[in-house]
Amino acid sequence: MTNDLARWQFATTSIYHFLFVPVTIGLAFLVAILQTAWHRNGKPEYRRLTRFFGTLLLINVAVGVVTGLVQEFEFGMNWSTYSRFVGDVFGGPLAMEGLAAFFLESTFLGLWLFGWDRLPKRVHLACIWMVAAGTMLSAAFIMAANSWMQHPVGYALNSHGQPVLNNIGALFTNPTFLWGYVHVILAALVTGSLVMLAVSAWHLRAGREVDAFRRTTSLALVVLIPTIVIQLFVGSELGVIETKYQPAKIAAAEAQWNTCKPCSFSLFQVGGGNNDKTPTQILAVPHLLSLLATLSWNGQVVGLNELQAQYQKQYGPGNYIPDVFIQYWSMRVMAYLGALVMLLALWGAWLLHRGTLPRSKWFLRLSIWAVVTPFLMNTAGWLLTESGRQPWIVQGLMKTIDANSPSVTSAEIWISLIVFVLIYVALGAADVSLMLRYSRKGLGDEEPPADRAAGDRPESTPVPALTY
Amino acid sequence: MHLHTLWFIILAVLWVGFFVLEGFDFGVGVLHRIVGRTETERRVAINSIGPFWDGNEVWLIVAGAGTFAAFPNWYATMFSALYLALLLVLVALMIRGVAFEWRGKSDDPRWRAGWGWCTTIGSLLIPLLLGVGLGDLLNGLPINQSHEYTGNFFNLLTPYGLWTGLTLLGLSLLHGATFLKLKTTDEVRARAQAAARPLGWAAVALVVGFVIWTLALGTTVVPGPVQVLAIIAVIFAAILARGEAHDGSAFAASAIAIAATVGSMFIDLYPNVMISSTSAAYSLTVNNSASGSYALKVMTIVTAIFLPLVLGYQGWSFYVFRARVKAPPSPSPGAPKPPGGGLAQPPPAVDA
Repeated sequence: MTNDLARWQFATTSIYHFLFVPVTIGLAFLVAILQTAWHRNGKPEYRRLTRFFGTLLLINVAVGVVTGLVQEFEFGMNWSTYSRFVGDVFGGPLAMEGLAAFFLESTFLGLWLFGWDRLPKRVHLACIWMVAAGTMLSAAFIMAANSWMQHPVGYALNSHGQPVLNNIGALFTNPTFLWGYVHVILAALVTGSLVMLAVSAWHLRAGREVDAFRRTTSLALVVLIPTIVIQLFVGSELGVIETKYQPAKIAAAEAQWNTCKPCSFSLFQVGGGNNDKTPTQILAVPHLLSLLATLSWNGQVVGLNELQAQYQKQYGPGNYIPDVFIQYWSMRVMAYLGALVMLLALWGAWLLHRGTLPRSKWFLRLSIWAVVTPFLMNTAGWLLTESGRQPWIVQGLMKTIDANSPSVTSAEIWISLIVFVLIYVALGAADVSLMLRYSRKGLGDEEPPADRAAGDRPESTPVPALTY
Repeated sequence: MHLHTLWFIILAVLWVGFFVLEGFDFGVGVLHRIVGRTETERRVAINSIGPFWDGNEVWLIVAGAGTFAAFPNWYATMFSALYLALLLVLVALMIRGVAFEWRGKSDDPRWRAGWGWCTTIGSLLIPLLLGVGLGDLLNGLPINQSHEYTGNFFNLLTPYGLWTGLTLLGLSLLHGATFLKLKTTDEVRARAQAAARPLGWAAVALVVGFVIWTLALGTTVVPGPVQVLAIIAVIFAAILARGEAHDGSAFAASAIAIAATVGSMFIDLYPNVMISSTSAAYSLTVNNSASGSYALKVMTIVTAIFLPLVLGYQGWSFYVFRARVKAPPSPSPGAPKPPGGGLAQPPPAVDA
């Protein structure tokens, strides 16, 4: 019971946290590009766009940061046995994340936010790039930690059977990390550009500030088109890596109970799940699963039945099959929506090429609604990764069932779960209402403030702005 | 020196840094509604910590994550033992963090008042609760042979822990007042100065009480040099803060007072990291809770590279925003000021 509650809590809080993280990473990068454009060409439009999207970024950063705190504490609070067991290896990247990334991100965000017109232009521009770098660096450390749970490397077991770090380099060259990290960064760029695209499309539809928002539509598409195309390849390569290190994860994602060679890929199925081994597969594409999972036409995918037998021999009795329903559908939600987003991006590219994009009613309308897709894809992706690791908390080393805090009662987890859900719902409602409000607002002031009109040099002792 | 001792010192430095920095913005968070009567004055108070609070808070996160990396046993026992207290800390951190970013995003007075309360309550709860937790480390908690906490929430509320919490809250409030005195002008500064008088003496009483109580827990009656420093510094801070001049010295004194108080806790704790009230044999020590030497070596190198960089750019940020914060000139000069509170006067333009 306590274990289940702790799992529910981790799933709830981390999925929620990751609704905001990719927006932050993606938008920080895009805002930095907008400000760079302003710095290069000096057009006031770009300054206004920088501030407009900068505000949306900040509204999100607030929730992203505070929900990240919960994650940082939760390991020790709910998963003390896990923390005790893995801290030697797993704690390192977390501490590095704080030292190298959080400090950078938060300090330069303060400098950027309060430094408008107070810092020399070039320095101020550097600040937003530092923020963008900080967000991406932060993702690197946490992904290195997470990838270690998927595919532990760089350690030896000590006399108590505990993993002890012996090669820090291995954590950052872990193939699961390298591909997973690129996958996450691309997902963040897709998310950020789809948010920018939706907001810009809304303004183009409303016929407001058409010149300015045409520029951000183009920027969003220029970032989106290559990232979504590359992402589909990176995602499938990550699948190949996982087939190698976590075969049950991918076999479950295809509901592949029996070993197959070659293997077909079912587009849909009726039924399925851990208690239905013979679902009705609809539209099975021959050879496609072999191709996706192994990159070869006749590649073999080991089925769940065989994996289960093999793991029982290796690790003792138990159930080593992840939730097949979650695996099967989260894989498809991610892949199908990704394909649809790619089609949308290509359509946008064609309209951009023809120069008819601002007038294309259907494209703009679809672009606005497409903003929900990255959140569904991101959530599906994490469900696939994390649920697919079960029953392990660290693949092959520790089971989730053995990892929670023995001294914490289920009543305590109930209390914290309810408190988090209530706060998260309130924060989510406030965030969405602020985002909608500031997205629909027009661009800000046309003129730079008076104290800057005189020249580029800031005052000798600038007075901090009343930003908050 | 053993690497685990070095890491104990690094963590103590992180906690000291956290309270020296975030201490004043806790103080400002609580005091903003006292030193600011009108909306603009409250904004001045909040904006005085605007560029800094987020970076200050990272010191706590790094202290937590550093404990995880260097002393996994300590991290695991402490975070699961302090469960409900830490839940409250998290709630406070969340509502306070969001309040800063969102408060100015709407002109609705109820919206602003709501987030203003979140700032105040959050800023009050965090130093209090963290102080209770730190006091408990030294005072001892029921911990069994396998380093698991065996008490409940109420076992955390030890009298010594509560006093430690009050001491850190009192010091944070004084530190906030000296910061506001240093960083604002006119009425806001005057009210901070007035508030510093009672806060100063309360802080002196709390720190002296804390030192005596700590001595009573130990075996010696002679206070250590850091404890003496804490008492001297808090007295100086209390005296300087009420005066018209010496804004900088008063702030320095309150910074030293809070640093010495937090530092003395870790000095008293060493070589233990969490004392077991069940049996001294079950206490967690730097020895029995540290990571392996390779992990500690890696973390030491990473810290040696990044901590000086962090100090450099955080110091630069304080330098960039060194000027006092004041309300911008009224957009319509000559317009009568509203008689306190409310939003009759349009708030200053919201940047970004």
